[in-house]
Parts: sequence; C-alpha cells; structure tokens
Amino acid sequence: MIKADIVIIGAGISGLSTAYNLAKNGVKNIVVIDELFITSGSTGRCGAGVRQQWGTKLNCILAKKSIEFFMTANEVLGYKKDIEFKQEGYLILSTSKEEDEVFKKNVAVQNSIGIPSKLLSVEEALKVVPHLNPKAFTSASFCKTDGHVNPFLMSEAYYKAAKNLGVDFYFYEKVLEIKVNNNRIEEVITDKRVFETNKVVNAAGGFAKEIGDMVGVEIPVFSENHEILVTEPTTNIQGPMVMSFSKNIYCQQVPHGSFLIGRSNPDALPNHDISSSWQFLDEMAKTVCDILPKVGKLRVIRTWGGSYNNSPDHQPIISDIEGLPGFYIACGYSGHGFMFAPITGEILTQMILNKPLEDYTKELHINRFNNKEITDFEKSVV
Amino acid sequence: MNKKDIIICRCEDVTLEDVHNCLKDGYTTFEELKRILRVGMGPCQGQTCSILVQREIAKFLGKKIEDVKTHKTRPLITGVVLEDIAGNDND
Repeated sequence: MIKADIVIIGAGISGLSTAYNLAKNGVKNIVVIDELFITSGSTGRCGAGVRQQWGTKLNCILAKKSIEFFMTANEVLGYKKDIEFKQEGYLILSTSKEEDEVFKKNVAVQNSIGIPSKLLSVEEALKVVPHLNPKAFTSASFCKTDGHVNPFLMSEAYYKAAKNLGVDFYFYEKVLEIKVNNNRIEEVITDKRVFETNKVVNAAGGFAKEIGDMVGVEIPVFSENHEILVTEPTTNIQGPMVMSFSKNIYCQQVPHGSFLIGRSNPDALPNHDISSSWQFLDEMAKTVCDILPKVGKLRVIRTWGGSYNNSPDHQPIISDIEGLPGFYIACGYSGHGFMFAPITGEILTQMILNKPLEDYTKELHINRFNNKEITDFEKSVV
Repeated sequence: MNKKDIIICRCEDVTLEDVHNCLKDGYTTFEELKRILRVGMGPCQGQTCSILVQREIAKFLGKKIEDVKTHKTRPLITGVVLEDIAGNDND
C-alpha cells in the first residue's frame, strides 16, 4: 500500500501538466499512473498544432493562455532540449460565403481578448502560403502567433520538471478500480498495487469515461478515431499550418521537415479504435492535391490513428464533481487537449487547492451539460 | 569506434550514444525511444534500426533479444507519393 496525497490517472499531456503545476505549488506525494508510458495515448498521436483561432470565447481564452506558456516553456521547466515551438501561424481557409461570415464573427471574438488574428483575401493568403491553389478557397483567417509544439518533447519537459519536484510515476500499470466509501475516495487499485488516497485526477484521455464509470460519475464524452499521416521530410516550404473545416483538412510542416496531415472521419463510430484505413489515405490525398498541389508531390511514409475524446459542445471539461469531493476531471478536449494542456494544469491546481478561480473557468464545469440547452458550441474543428 | 560515430537510425541520424543516453534516462522500450529520439520514424520506418535498437535494449536490460518488443508497424510499407494515391493525373 502506497499513501498518496493525490493520484493522477494518465501520463498524457494533461496529467503531466497537472502533476507539474501541483508540485510547483507545494503539493507533496503526487502519484501519476499510466497503463503504458508518457504520451502513449492521444498526446503522442496528435497533430502537434497549437492555435488560438476558435469560435467560442472560452476556447480562445484557454488557447491564448496556453500559447503564452509555450513561449517560455523551455526556460520555466528548465528543459535542456527544445520543445520545438514554432510560431509561424495558422491559415484557415474558408470555402463559402457562409463560412466567411462565421470567420468574421470568430475573428471578432478572438480580437476581443487580444488574439492577433485577421481576415485575409485570397491574394493576401497567397502571400502567406504561395503554393495554395487559389481556386480552392474564397478567403482565410490568419493568426501569426499560432503554430506548432513537439508533443513528445513538450511532454518530456513536463515529465522531467515534475520528477525533479518529487512526483512519483508508475508506468505500465493499469487502474482497475477506485474504491469509494460514503462519497469519499479511499483507494486506487491497479494491477500491481493499491494506492491509498482521497484525491484522484481523471486525465485518462480516450479512456476518461471508463475512469468516471469506476466512481459512478457519468461523463458525457466518447472517443473516436482520427487518422493522420506523415510525409518524408523536405526543405522548409510551408511556414503556417493550413487548415479548412469545410474541406476537412489540417496540414502543417513541422520543424523536422515532414508534413503532418489529418482529417476527421464523419462516419467514425464511438469506440477506442485507432487503426489505419485506406479510405483515409485516399480521401486525404485528394484533398491535399486539391488545396496544396505542391505538397501532393511528397511521399507518405506512415499513417496512424488516435482518439479524440469528444464532449457534447466540443469544449473541454475541467471540473470537480458535486457529491464526490476529491474527484477531478480533465477530458472531452475534442481533439485539442495537447494545445490546452498548460492552462489545464493551472486551472486544476487552483481547483484542487481551493484557490480562487477566474470567472471563465465556470463554463468548464461538467454541470453545464445538465442544462439541456447548450449555449455555446465550438464549430471550428476538424 | 566512438559511440558518437555509430549510426543506429540512418533516416533520423540517431547514434548509439543517443540510444544509450535515452536508455539511461529510463526509456526502455522501442515505442518510448521512438517518441524521444525519432528512431524508426523516418522513410524506412524502422526496417534498418529496429533490430539494432532491440539488441541495445536487450543488452541494457539483461534480457534475451526475443523478449524485447520491436516497434509497432503501420501502413505504408514503402513511401508513396500523395498525388499517385489521389490519382491526380488529370485523366
């Protein structure tokens, strides 16, 4: 039996950021458990983009605060390598008048909190990414401070910083049961041992629902497979991430030189499938050749899949639970957990330490779904 | 020969020294080493380095080589041009 002040389930980016922030704020005896190892789930399978161009104010705030952290992450965390933060922007393409209108509204929301995004004409967009097919879109929005971070190295940076602050990690260990007695958490039981604790953070990513089920908390999320491909590396030809919601594509050249290109599958079923399909490759290749013909000349070397953990409004759930003190959740990021990780760790730490929280964080609470009428819904997702 | 001069992963230019440092750092499976060092992530997708890395892990852990897992394989078997997949030859 190991005594822990808090047990974090999941060593993906959310769990790692939370562990680090808790430790930095003086919490002792922090345990992180993962079924495999750091970044073995969705974090290590993500598209590595970090953006602030969202449709909801809540997502904009979370994104902006996280970008601010990425800017100084190497120094703050004392990371000897480099998280590969590249700030060359996101160029989001619109393909219809209706979408133009949505982008206008989005940019207004983004600008209202200080995100430096702007609307571009086709001609202006071509100056940013000259190899775009001008016939494939009608206008664009661009934010120069969006970009890329290496998910593996960002996770390692948090991991090493947390470890230095005394956080204990238990890898290749699966949580089987969480023992609750009189609405109080008592134990986390894994396939290897028992942890005695009163506090648990559910940062289990694609498996967050299953962890909720262990304590009888129904979390309204589901996982679905999103596929992605990587090309061979080439010379630096594309600064910004190019993205289109209506064409269903995101495409970024990472500092290493390869392109990461992904899309969602409208027919994906709610499950834990992360396999690769030929249909994805076929559709993806067609979209790339339509929008970015030059990128179509590159060779694909691998495809893979990872789980989006979707919430009903495509905004994260960062929350405690009424009736079960000591149980905290960070899930439902709907594909954007990596880029929101810095602020996730900060909010959860404030929540766990009963420190005052900023007003906007109320909207992250799981109780928002008790209201059948969802007020704000993030549509700007691939 | 100096460990710095022995290339384990030719695609991603990873040396034996890199692999040993990573093992000492506590990453002891191919999948973990891959994420930190990029071994096996290049155009050959581990066809060259997988057995070399497997051997180094086995040596480090004092295990039999057959008890050490190699990397997860995914499509494609070889690099294919996106345009060829799309059939974008203006036909």
